[in-house]
Amino acid sequence: MEYHVKTPIENARDFHVGDVLYVTGEMVLARDEAHKKLLEEGSPIDLRGGVIYHCGPVVTKKDGKWRVVSAGPTTSIRMEIFEDEFIEKFRPAVIIGKGGMGQKTLKALEEYGAVYAAYTGGCGALAAERIKGVKEVHFLEELGIPEAVWVFRVEEFGPLVVTMDSHGKSFYEDIDAQAKKNLEELLSHIQ
Amino acid sequence: MIDEIVYAIKKAETKLSEDTVRALKTALEKETNEMAKTQLMAILKNVEVADKYKFPMCQDTGLQTFFLDVGYDFPYMKDLENALVEAVRRATKEIPLRPNAVHPFLHKNSGDNTGRFVPYIHWELREGDDAIIHVIPKGGGSENMSGLYMLSPGVGIKGIKKAVVEHIFRSGGKPCPPTIIGVGIGGGADLALTLAKKAAILRPIGERHPEDFVAKLEEELYEMANKLGIGPMGLGGDTTVLDVHVEYAYRHPATLPVGIVTQCWANRRAKIRIDANGHVEVV
Repeated sequence: MEYHVKTPIENARDFHVGDVLYVTGEMVLARDEAHKKLLEEGSPIDLRGGVIYHCGPVVTKKDGKWRVVSAGPTTSIRMEIFEDEFIEKFRPAVIIGKGGMGQKTLKALEEYGAVYAAYTGGCGALAAERIKGVKEVHFLEELGIPEAVWVFRVEEFGPLVVTMDSHGKSFYEDIDAQAKKNLEELLSHIQ
Repeated sequence: MIDEIVYAIKKAETKLSEDTVRALKTALEKETNEMAKTQLMAILKNVEVADKYKFPMCQDTGLQTFFLDVGYDFPYMKDLENALVEAVRRATKEIPLRPNAVHPFLHKNSGDNTGRFVPYIHWELREGDDAIIHVIPKGGGSENMSGLYMLSPGVGIKGIKKAVVEHIFRSGGKPCPPTIIGVGIGGGADLALTLAKKAAILRPIGERHPEDFVAKLEEELYEMANKLGIGPMGLGGDTTVLDVHVEYAYRHPATLPVGIVTQCWANRRAKIRIDANGHVEVV
């Protein structure tokens, strides 16, 4: 299924592994330091039903206006140590990143009805094309451009592939199991 | 000279090398997995957008890296290093690039992509009076999936194949596949990794090692890697690697180093040639 959704999102339980999403509305950027900061100090933004994007963007200021130059996803597994608590506390509906996340996050997605969606790694320019502006930015002074909490306005941001859903299914587990089988088969024939 | 270096960095960051684009298109034609096709199409669309708007194709604009191939009689040897550092500072502002140079203990970002030993400049000398500069900004995600295996020489070629395939399996979707794998065999630990980096990035995709034995090993590793089923971004499919390039050096009798360097699909590179008259050309 393909979904074109607007934020805030209230029907994340409808999304299943393999579905493709395109998001319009607002997207909040948070990676390592931002997760830590928001958990410690609380969020200045209402994240309920929101979209969290694991991304350290390239952003410049021209004539007093922010311009997003490149904004592809970063590796999500680094946020595994924060994400279950983050989901419990702030209740976002969609987490976007690359490479997938672990069991703790999968459980939190199930419990609070959210999904993890993968955006194609490295597609920074394509992402920037779909980002229509910067609504606000928090902790910029302390965390710097790549780590700050940016709120971007986006239009048809995607394709985002749902790879972990709220029904306990993780696409990564299937792929890993298959690849492991393939590896063993290959190793048994090496000469 | 600085203007041309800034231009070359911009070219590397915004326009994907032609051989890589060709390899991605071929992979898309051959790919049988639907999920993999969406990823390859997104990558190719991204490459188009980056070229059109002159945006960096990936927000990780890399650790600025230059491999230099310089003639003994090149007259501007002493100007090169300063020119490269200055060009990186300017490119960071003008393109712009993400500031990616961080003090490892103090966690402070220098803000201009320079710092101790950075940009990384690797020098090689040869006969001649000209200089070639390979501009190869390298992403952090794929660099994290580097590996060095000091194998027991007794495991032989079979042990080398096993180490490479297992390494690609363990890397999974993390280095943003489809990747280009460079394998450096022999020498010492550092040489094996340097050979691997050169093989991964400098050699065009599809070009085979001139020695038959090595070329066959490359083919075999390429086939095996793509049978793993990891696929683009680790979401499954037939396209895990775009190519595998192998280089080698003689080894110490007691060691068998195997260095592996992974390059993401954003195989960014540009080449500058400076002749003895100071004429600079981005080729």
